[in-house]
Amino acid sequence: MLWPPDWIAYLEGSELADTIRENDLLFPVIESVHVLAICLVVGSILVVDLRLLGLASVTRPVSRITSSILPLTWCAFAVAVVSGGLMFISNATKYLGNGYFVAKMILIAVAGLNMVVFHAIGAKDMPKWEKSARLPLPARAAGALSILLWIAVVACGRWIGFTMEVR
Amino acid sequence: MTSAAVLSDLSKWLAATPLSHTIQTTGWIIPALQTIHILCVAVLFSSAILLDLRMWRLFQRDIALADVGQRFLPLIWAIVPILLITGGLLIVGEPRRSLLNSTFYLKMALLAFALALTGFLQWSLSSAPGFWDKDRGRRVAGRLAATVSILAWCGIIFAGRFIAYTQGG
Repeated sequence: MLWPPDWIAYLEGSELADTIRENDLLFPVIESVHVLAICLVVGSILVVDLRLLGLASVTRPVSRITSSILPLTWCAFAVAVVSGGLMFISNATKYLGNGYFVAKMILIAVAGLNMVVFHAIGAKDMPKWEKSARLPLPARAAGALSILLWIAVVACGRWIGFTMEVR
Repeated sequence: MTSAAVLSDLSKWLAATPLSHTIQTTGWIIPALQTIHILCVAVLFSSAILLDLRMWRLFQRDIALADVGQRFLPLIWAIVPILLITGGLLIVGEPRRSLLNSTFYLKMALLAFALALTGFLQWSLSSAPGFWDKDRGRRVAGRLAATVSILAWCGIIFAGRFIAYTQGG
């Protein structure tokens, strides 16, 4: 298999990628937007995780917390993906060769998997327990795992900046 | 002595301290401090944004504004000291990067403003739970204050990231 794949090489060679590489202001602006979006993703998910752990908002049912906050999380995540994608294409080959970048992508995938598994299995009988302050073990475990994964995502993100010479 | 000279001397002195030396020579300390700093910014920023969105009636409308404030405002004040400590250690590690950088002072000015605004919002909610609901004028003023708060916190994050790109020699 060809590595990096053709389409990544194509994106890296695109005019857009070239502009981001060459323009002094564009990369820091995109990076700032990325940090801002990540902060909202992590902070808003933490509100849900702390509820799952029974450490905050315990008087509110879980579904009320998620329905009020997850739209913001998804909007911020979309902004983070677009801004992150723009930084990625500006130096795709170097990012793919960076262990922290690869680890960050895997950790985000695991965080997504954690969410999907919790929705599919752990939250099946949610109406029965979502009002109680102390939730069943699967819910608490999903919350704790989510917090740890997102801390690791942020750490990897920061370490990319110290282990890669892009400019 | 000009203030620039004072800051330059202060930077030199800080950089020569044993603590600064340790931070400079132990490779993982600066990224670790920055990671803690960003995680704390995430908590503070999200708390502030959620309160601001509630003022815009875009978040948890079924909960009283004062109760949303009680949920998130104490978190903001609890996080600030950790940000000052991690930020302070980053300055000790690389004094010139911040102390001789106007972007850093812009960030601090925005921070002082955002915290004053947060304090004012907290005061308003404790003085009267319906402070921002009294009449139409108050509702508009509330949304204006929330918008200014969002812009100030976003400005702080931008300035924070731009410190890395505007540092002098």
